[in-house]
Amino acid sequence: MSKVIVVTSGKGGVGKTTSTAALGAALAASGQTVVVVDFDVGLRNLDLVMGAERRVVYDIINVVQGAAKLPQALIRDKRIDTLSLLPASQTRDKDALTEEGVARVIKELRTKFDWVICDSPAGIERGATLAMRFADTAIIVTNPEVSSVRDSDRIIGLLDSKTERAEKGERIEKHILITRYDAARAARGEMLNIEDVLDILSLPLLGIIPESEEVLRASNVGSPITLNDPNSAPARAYCDAARRLKGHDVPMTIPADRRGFLDKLFRRRAA
Amino acid sequence: MTSTDATEVSNSMRFCIRSYIAFVVAPTASINEWLAELDHWTRNSPGFFVGRPVVLDLSTVKLGQAGIRHLLHQLAERGIHIIGLEGADTSQLDPSLPPLLTGGRPAEKHGTADNAFPANKPIAASSTQDEPTSLLIETRIRSGQTVVFPSGDVTVLGSVASGSEIVAGGSIHVCGTLRGRALAGSKGNGRARIFCRKNEAELLAINGYYRTAEEWGADVRSQPVQSWLEEGVLIVAPLD
Repeated sequence: MSKVIVVTSGKGGVGKTTSTAALGAALAASGQTVVVVDFDVGLRNLDLVMGAERRVVYDIINVVQGAAKLPQALIRDKRIDTLSLLPASQTRDKDALTEEGVARVIKELRTKFDWVICDSPAGIERGATLAMRFADTAIIVTNPEVSSVRDSDRIIGLLDSKTERAEKGERIEKHILITRYDAARAARGEMLNIEDVLDILSLPLLGIIPESEEVLRASNVGSPITLNDPNSAPARAYCDAARRLKGHDVPMTIPADRRGFLDKLFRRRAA
Repeated sequence: MTSTDATEVSNSMRFCIRSYIAFVVAPTASINEWLAELDHWTRNSPGFFVGRPVVLDLSTVKLGQAGIRHLLHQLAERGIHIIGLEGADTSQLDPSLPPLLTGGRPAEKHGTADNAFPANKPIAASSTQDEPTSLLIETRIRSGQTVVFPSGDVTVLGSVASGSEIVAGGSIHVCGTLRGRALAGSKGNGRARIFCRKNEAELLAINGYYRTAEEWGADVRSQPVQSWLEEGVLIVAPLD
């Protein structure tokens, strides 16, 4: 039973591509077949984060327009052989995507993979609506700050109206993935806390990914964080989220605030 | 001197927007034949157009400025005063001609002048036909969504997100948190009210009078509140 997931957010720069790569790698590492699909036509990034930028020959536009066959465009990961990438085109724009073409590609991917993870572009225009169009499940990536949360709310409204499932009157499963969570700043009240975010969006939480330099380091070497540094805090949080996607019941841990604890200690001494 | 002072003091001015029902006359290619047909018809109903707003639709005929002026003159002689033009070539227009109107929508079939202004009637009057005059929304309203319900009250059981909007002809009730905009009494009902369980609204408006979140105090923020209109002033007060 194949599952199509869209990783979306509305706002840019919140961590959609990083999360797509990390979740895709974590699911593939458990032995299931996974394809990560870059829908950000014209501004592709997933190939870089996956470390496959030097192996791209054909892309999703070639497949949508029938210029290449799907197996020609798929790039198999060198580290995990159950993980593949369908890159976007950098030279075209989102208008090159057609609904019929995307429908055909997604249908074909469903027959080949257990998980089809679509990395949506930012925004609410054609690229984003086509990325979510045929999804069974949506992961809404949100940073704990007001503009990101409001944009996520907007995207949730679109998921409930513009997807194929919504139009057929079926429900699309939706999860919130909070990224770049900084426990120290949340404790100082400089960020929205988890309860505020969930209160506004009122959807189940898939995971909380702590803000970490390891994420940036992994992106720069072209490796999903869950492969590059599997013992780091963000990698473990992504692995937990991947297990929740598979239906496992994994208890949620809010990243601890170590500095906050020390602050308290010192404050007490001073007093 | 005093008059300049006065304009400097009143640094804001309120403009209203209203929509009206207008008749549209659309002449056909042979203007003279069409005018004769019009004469024949108005003979049976003299004064039909008197005192009523009429729009001239020129989309089916090609007229130069002189032609438009001639037609306006002919219509004026028949007591038909044109308030605006539709479908005209903008290059043929100048400020002395009636303005070009766009965005017109067909009115409902029964929209003759006698019942064309339901806004002026009390809300209760329209409920005589056993139509529900309230809208119940059981879900939450997401950012970017707009709910428009000109014929009565809107009740939302969930929360109303930042960046969303509810427009109601009557009152608005929000059982969750109101974070977006609520515009009650949109069709000229000054007795409409807004109620919410928790006020985080961006803007509240009743009958065109509005206040933004900046303009009310901390005592009504994050509180259950109601809002109503008192002599043209929008009041926001705690509900408890």
